[in-house]
Amino acid sequence: MIEIAQARKRFGGNVVLDGVNLQIAPGERIALMGPNGAGKTTLVRVVLGFYHLDEGRVRVDGFDPVAQRVEVLRRIAFIPQTPPPIRLLVSELIEYVARSSQIEAERIREEAQALELVVEEHWQKPFFKLSGGMKQKLLIAIALARRGRYFIFDEPTANLDPKARELFYKRLEELSGEHGILFITHRIEELAGLIDRKIYMELGKVVEDEPFAMDCPRGAASRM
Amino acid sequence: MKNLALVAWLDMRESMRSRWFLVYLVVFGGLMALFFVTGITDSVVMGFTGLSRLLLVYIQVTIVILPIFILITTVKSISADRESAILEYMLSFPISLGEYYWGKMVGRFVITFTPVFLALVGGIVWGAIQGAPIPWGPFLLYGAFVLALCVAFLGIAFCISTLVKSHDMALGSSFVLWIALLAFLDVALIGLMLQNRWSDSLIITLALLNPLELFRVGAIALFDPELSVMGPVAYFLLDTFGRPLLLAYTIFYPILLGGVAAWAGYWLLRKRDLL
Ligand SMILES: Nc1ncnc2c1ncn2[C@@H]1O[C@H](COP(=O)(O)OP(=O)(O)O)[C@@H](O)[C@H]1O
Ligand SMILES: [Mg+2]
Repeated sequence: MIEIAQARKRFGGNVVLDGVNLQIAPGERIALMGPNGAGKTTLVRVVLGFYHLDEGRVRVDGFDPVAQRVEVLRRIAFIPQTPPPIRLLVSELIEYVARSSQIEAERIREEAQALELVVEEHWQKPFFKLSGGMKQKLLIAIALARRGRYFIFDEPTANLDPKARELFYKRLEELSGEHGILFITHRIEELAGLIDRKIYMELGKVVEDEPFAMDCPRGAASRM
Repeated sequence: MKNLALVAWLDMRESMRSRWFLVYLVVFGGLMALFFVTGITDSVVMGFTGLSRLLLVYIQVTIVILPIFILITTVKSISADRESAILEYMLSFPISLGEYYWGKMVGRFVITFTPVFLALVGGIVWGAIQGAPIPWGPFLLYGAFVLALCVAFLGIAFCISTLVKSHDMALGSSFVLWIALLAFLDVALIGLMLQNRWSDSLIITLALLNPLELFRVGAIALFDPELSVMGPVAYFLLDTFGRPLLLAYTIFYPILLGGVAAWAGYWLLRKRDLL
């Protein structure tokens, strides 16, 4: 269970999170929406323990993301908004992930394969030299391979072509089951069937929080 | 602990591929080669023979180059990664801040200390092959001084790197620090003393607090306490504290300074927003 209670965060004079309350049960799958600057990324960073709250409280399965970051991050697989220009080689990045998260490197390779990214072809390249789409695929593969209890995705599909997006959603559907998902997106129609709750943020507040179900099958809307 | 080693190892590999490391190697390796070619190990000048003279020249070079090299290459290790959101990603894995921070520091230490030390060893070996007697005492003490200097500036660089949020600010402030420390070597101190504006004890305190000044005094004192090139402040320090105490202080003070600075950086990293 991810519990966010009365979370307030200010940057300078700017109130970016203004008393956010939110509970995410394990297995719940949420689309987090809202205009640019609404505070979505900030909220996610608070859950990951990057920011100290000015007021309020965050717990992930009872653990404090700042004071007990290892416990919290063991449960969360995260994909950032834009792939950072990491200078490690692809092989080194995979080694870092596999050893720190205690998973098999082979699993990352398999997940990448499912997205049609052949990791071996890029083994000795620095990560930042991959194309935008490849970087994103690798970060997705890493997150899926970690099988976090919670997946937290910050607009992970921006650089992906439609086919890769479909592959990603399909794989996520296969995996989801008991995994919770918090998916920041601007294109909720693509997530039909994957998502069962929709949250809308504006100016640092949750303004809408309701169950979500779309009748037509996923992808149909975009194909019409 | 395993993650600390992992971070250190990956940081070392990344450094070894980087351009600055190549320059660093060429500078120190090239200097040694230059000394050999110019025959500095064979000549006798001012009563210094062979290897002692080599070490002496090497010291002067190290004072200027080593600190700025460590500062500009290390000061970005946290601040630049923060700016480019690399830090956000790398720290989204179950790894403690301590493992990450100290791992980076260990990696940088190995990368900056090893080439300087190996160049020194290379010089000694080369001299020994030429038949010069190996100055064991100065060599070992000098190795310790270099190590202490590396720790001092690494600690300071990591502290600045976490304190300052932008990469440009980090570079700028480390440059100012370097200039200030260099400027307060003997020459500036003598000037102040001559003008009688500052009391002697203040000047001595400044000298004792400056890791570069200490390194210089300690290193040159290895060879000859009477050496005229040392300058009056250095001479005064040596006279007041005596050789053993000064040498010990020259090793332990920079290590302590670097340790405190590094720890302050770690504390800041934990207490403030990471991004
Ligand atoms: N580290 C930071 N320092 C200062 N302001 C920030 C920082 N991070 C985000 N902000 C500001 O907070 C607001 C919300 O940003 P963000 O959470 O990234 O929005 P979203 O992800 O919903 O587009 C923006 O106005 C942004 O400029
Ligand atoms: Mg955002």
